[in-house]
Amino acid sequence: MRIKQQLFPKTIEECIALLVEHEGKARVLAGGTDLFLWLKEGKAQAETLVDISLIEELKHFESDDKRMILGAALTHAEVAAHETVKSCFVALADGCRNVGSPQIRNIGTLGGNIVSAQPAADAVVPLVAMNAKCMIISASGKRTEDIENLFKGVGKSSVDPSRELITEIYVSKPAGRYGTGYVRMAPRDAMALPVVNAAVMVVARDGTITEARIVTSPVAVVPFRTKRAESSLIGKHVDDLSALGAAAQLAEREAQPRDSKVRGSGEYRKSLVKDIVERALIKAVEQIG
Amino acid sequence: MQNFACTINGKPVHIEVDPSKSLLDVLRKDLHLTGAKKGCGEGECGACTVLLDGLPVNSCIIPVMTANGREILTIEGLADNGELHPIQEAFIEAGAVQCGFCTPGVILSAKYLLDKYENPTKQEIMEELSGHLCRCTGYLQFYDAVHLAAQKIRHKGIKT
Repeated sequence: MRIKQQLFPKTIEECIALLVEHEGKARVLAGGTDLFLWLKEGKAQAETLVDISLIEELKHFESDDKRMILGAALTHAEVAAHETVKSCFVALADGCRNVGSPQIRNIGTLGGNIVSAQPAADAVVPLVAMNAKCMIISASGKRTEDIENLFKGVGKSSVDPSRELITEIYVSKPAGRYGTGYVRMAPRDAMALPVVNAAVMVVARDGTITEARIVTSPVAVVPFRTKRAESSLIGKHVDDLSALGAAAQLAEREAQPRDSKVRGSGEYRKSLVKDIVERALIKAVEQIG
Repeated sequence: MQNFACTINGKPVHIEVDPSKSLLDVLRKDLHLTGAKKGCGEGECGACTVLLDGLPVNSCIIPVMTANGREILTIEGLADNGELHPIQEAFIEAGAVQCGFCTPGVILSAKYLLDKYENPTKQEIMEELSGHLCRCTGYLQFYDAVHLAAQKIRHKGIKT
């Protein structure tokens, strides 16, 4: 690998102009804790790195009654420590707190985690559970996409970092009462990839569940929604622990993790899915109170 | 080659660098600051940790240009005129240094921790030092060293 230059645009427009100018030979560097290694190993190619760390607007954070907006260049450490994130979407704070190590969380960004497209990405699994969307900008315009739909396979994102930039992530605050939960299992508490992880969001009105999103990974090549488990919760009371257990059991049936030398046998991980989904659901309904 | 300017251990540095190189390789090979160590070379072990604008980072997985215009602190910048920093003293006194390979990185993460909390809890120490592998100490001495360093810093009334 030979990187010829690393450039530092100050605005989104300047960033897009640099990508256009280099006609596919440049690539956005959004932290780069994955990318720099991939470049070294020849798994990714770029002559020019367009480093977005000096673009102030990508560090934007905003929250009101209806939604939360996170700039794509916020680091995992910044998101994990953010009081508003902790109080509104604790699953996201917990997910970000589990990415890599403190040193990696100080560099790695939300946008980078999305485009790296690792199925068990600790920051992205909660974002999928929260039905988060993001703004993607290129020379041909802007588009808003569900983050869930950006994953195309292991390490494959529909965002093309040689042309496109994720600028913001949007999370709507559900109209009813809601809660989120994130649980991961790993061989040790630090510096270990998850054996499995799960993130959930539960929305309720007058104590009755109106919406549930349950995401678990890596049990497929993309963060995996267990939709039968989700729909089984609709109409159930938030205090109905047996309904949460039943949903977790459905999630276990839906998830099809593979045998992995690193993460453990498929059978073992499948049975863990039930456990962590149930724990994540309990966390979420506790916030609904 | 690209022009690279930053502040390392309080001193301005202007050199030409190969932008393919990691910050660690430039520190060690171009600037001969060999305190930061290359362990795994892929951001797992923490031996290469330096402070970038005050925050611990793995210098082995950061392209050097990422540090352009910023402040870097390596272990070489911690002692003051040959006098060890209280955190360094504490690590020696608490037996938290054995082979020494992980030590520069651990001490810099400990410095960040003690800049943030005057008297960190065991949990805070555990979390903040969790990005460091150590084959010798068994980690327990790190708790003692950080507590001792916190005491020393309070007694001396100095800012780390």
